[in-house]
Amino acid sequence: MAETTLALAGNPNAGKTTLFNALTGARQHVGNYPGVTVEKKEGVHVHADRRFKIVDLPGTYSLTAYSLEEVVARDFLVNERPAAVIDIVDAANLERNLYLTLQFMELGVPVIVALNMIDVAHQRGIAIDTDQLSRLLNVPVVATIARRGEGKAELIEVAERIVGEGVTPQRLDISYGEDIDHALAEMETTITAAEHLTDVYPARWVALKYMENDEQILALGRKANAELSAALAATVAKVTDHIKATLDLYPEAVIADHRYGFIKSILQQGVLAVQHDRNRLYMSDRIDSVLTNRFAGPLIMLAVVWGLYQFTFTYSAMPVSWLESFFGWLGGLAEAYLPDGLIKSMVIAGIIDGVGGVLGFVPLIMFMFLGIAFLEDSGYMARVAFMLDRVFRIFGLHGSSVMAFIVSGGIAGGCAVPGVMATRTLKSPRERLATLLTVPFMNCGAKLPVFALLVAAFFASHEALVMFILTLVSWMGALLVAKLLRTTVVRGEATPFVMELPPYRLPTFKGLLIHTWERTWQYIRKAGTVILGISIVLWTLMTFPGAPDAVQQRFANERQALLAAAPQAALALENATDATALSPAATDLQTQLDGISAREAEAALRYSVAGRIGTALESLSRLAGLDWRTNIALLGGFAAKEVVVSTLGTAYSLGEVDVPASGSLAQKLAASPNWRPLTAISLMAFIMFYAPCFVSVVCIAREAGGWRWGVFSMVFNTVLAFTLAVIVFQAGTFLGF
Amino acid sequence: MRDNQSGIIRAVKADGELGRRIRDMGLVPGTAIRIQGRAPLYDPVALRVMGFTLTLRNNEADYIEVEVD
Repeated sequence: MAETTLALAGNPNAGKTTLFNALTGARQHVGNYPGVTVEKKEGVHVHADRRFKIVDLPGTYSLTAYSLEEVVARDFLVNERPAAVIDIVDAANLERNLYLTLQFMELGVPVIVALNMIDVAHQRGIAIDTDQLSRLLNVPVVATIARRGEGKAELIEVAERIVGEGVTPQRLDISYGEDIDHALAEMETTITAAEHLTDVYPARWVALKYMENDEQILALGRKANAELSAALAATVAKVTDHIKATLDLYPEAVIADHRYGFIKSILQQGVLAVQHDRNRLYMSDRIDSVLTNRFAGPLIMLAVVWGLYQFTFTYSAMPVSWLESFFGWLGGLAEAYLPDGLIKSMVIAGIIDGVGGVLGFVPLIMFMFLGIAFLEDSGYMARVAFMLDRVFRIFGLHGSSVMAFIVSGGIAGGCAVPGVMATRTLKSPRERLATLLTVPFMNCGAKLPVFALLVAAFFASHEALVMFILTLVSWMGALLVAKLLRTTVVRGEATPFVMELPPYRLPTFKGLLIHTWERTWQYIRKAGTVILGISIVLWTLMTFPGAPDAVQQRFANERQALLAAAPQAALALENATDATALSPAATDLQTQLDGISAREAEAALRYSVAGRIGTALESLSRLAGLDWRTNIALLGGFAAKEVVVSTLGTAYSLGEVDVPASGSLAQKLAASPNWRPLTAISLMAFIMFYAPCFVSVVCIAREAGGWRWGVFSMVFNTVLAFTLAVIVFQAGTFLGF
Repeated sequence: MRDNQSGIIRAVKADGELGRRIRDMGLVPGTAIRIQGRAPLYDPVALRVMGFTLTLRNNEADYIEVEVD
């Protein structure tokens, strides 16, 4: 079967993804473009005896080299040379959408215009003569309604015809005014003669990009032929000076004006007939007058955010608990059928707990993305960014950052993993990175049990107040650190906010499901593999090399002595099948034996690599008031923050401490001479800010496009947290607390 | 400009990335715009242009010169 590549391109919100879904159905595949974090979606559409490979290019307004999306789209077109570009154009918004169409035609790629949402245009009293548009642009134009799949058969037929006939497209050369046209012609001759970049790009287009001061082409040009490049730049400089002097404009502005002028002239030649004032208000604007109202807007936004939060964390609770019981059951199986020893310990504590931990997030991610996809596809997300931008801009962030913060635990109890993934909705690279690196400071659901333990032990009378203060501190910390990052490592001007507020639309069910599933699957596939490895490494650190033989022997002797002292009780215990039927003597013996096991576990932990690290760090951590037991617990917290509680339990030889039943541990801490309220505050500060759990680190590395950001977040956060904890502890001690 | 005021763009003085983004969205000389509203904190501002709504920060809008109707 013949295979042909088609590219789908168009403005954001023009219905590109909907058309893609309609054409390819479930047969699609999501990956990344090589080397960048821009998503690449591919799908297949079979028609007659031809297989169309359809590539969904990122939505862009233009083909300049300013955003990654635009560079990716442009590179794909020139390097992969698809048989045709299906350019999805919002019929209700023809003028602006054709700006991109024109740039495809300047590049000389075969274009098929899909005039989408023609029904909406009709409702708005906009009549479009598609035949006339097709004639004037000299490209095929097909009216479509992607939501209902209308026009897709016709589109494919047109593509089939273009491919079958091998139609070579006519490159569009429009006039950009006398000065520029003249210079372009001159440069085109030079470029053609020298074959400068012409193996990939048309000569006139290269000249045009020099004129537009396009960074990517300028860099390529310098590399290919520095001398010629300098000569071309000199021509451009001359024209620039002239235009600057006569019109007080840059050439790129003049070029844009002429493109729009060309579009306007086409539309005026009987293509477009508008019945009403185009800027009159529609349904969507009436909704906006409430939803972005000065008073009602913020209140409704709070309610929506609260609703998303409830939806995500309440409805995912049930599947999460199913997964937990499933992995508990698996663990039980391993416990019952594997022989005692290291393999068993590794399977249970390393593999099952590790993988269980990863998959435990899956329902959370699915529900969060379903909610976010709804807010995004409906158009509400853009309003949130609009309303909050003023606040977040102060800290070098973007209005859209808020969702990521909230999902991560801005309302206590979220999770940084879906939070980090939620930053995908941010289109500004620097703002996105700063958001990505600061969302782990929020109080996620796994930090809460640790805080609850410490608060119960030291501040039992003010629980609610302390928890509220902790939430405020995490917000302040995250925003201030974001500001710090934006003035240091992610320095740079604010990305322009210029953003479209798309009309409100009811998202399609199919679109929501596909969107949610894609993201979830990416998480499972990519995070899953790395995380299994890391959880085995952590298990190894906490297990090896184990207590020396002499110590183990001592515990064995103690046990022997205990059993020998009460032979009857020992016998009863050995034969017992039901713990409730035991005699008081046997119960007593059992308690004592458990006590020995707990102390043995403490010793084993202390002698493990993690224990040695914890002990070695004690002299340092003393500055923040933390002892070696806490250090080990914090190391364990890298696996997942709630592990801090269970590891503290082991380190205080309490045996297994279940997270919900940490009462005895709280008492033990409160009674310990090593602990006072100030220690608890210092520890809470540390836990709030130190390295994110490794699932988050893996996600950060993936979303930020490199492991260096994953490593950065571990090192930077830990240093920051330690500094804060030391300040808290030393200042507190100085003040006599 | 005040809410609901409209006018015609006379010049866009921005260059670089901001200038390009503004022009990509159709804000070129000769285009009619209307102020649709402002965010609760008076910034950013929402414009109506060629039948769609566009938002930009006040300091970005400062580069656009408009002849008010």
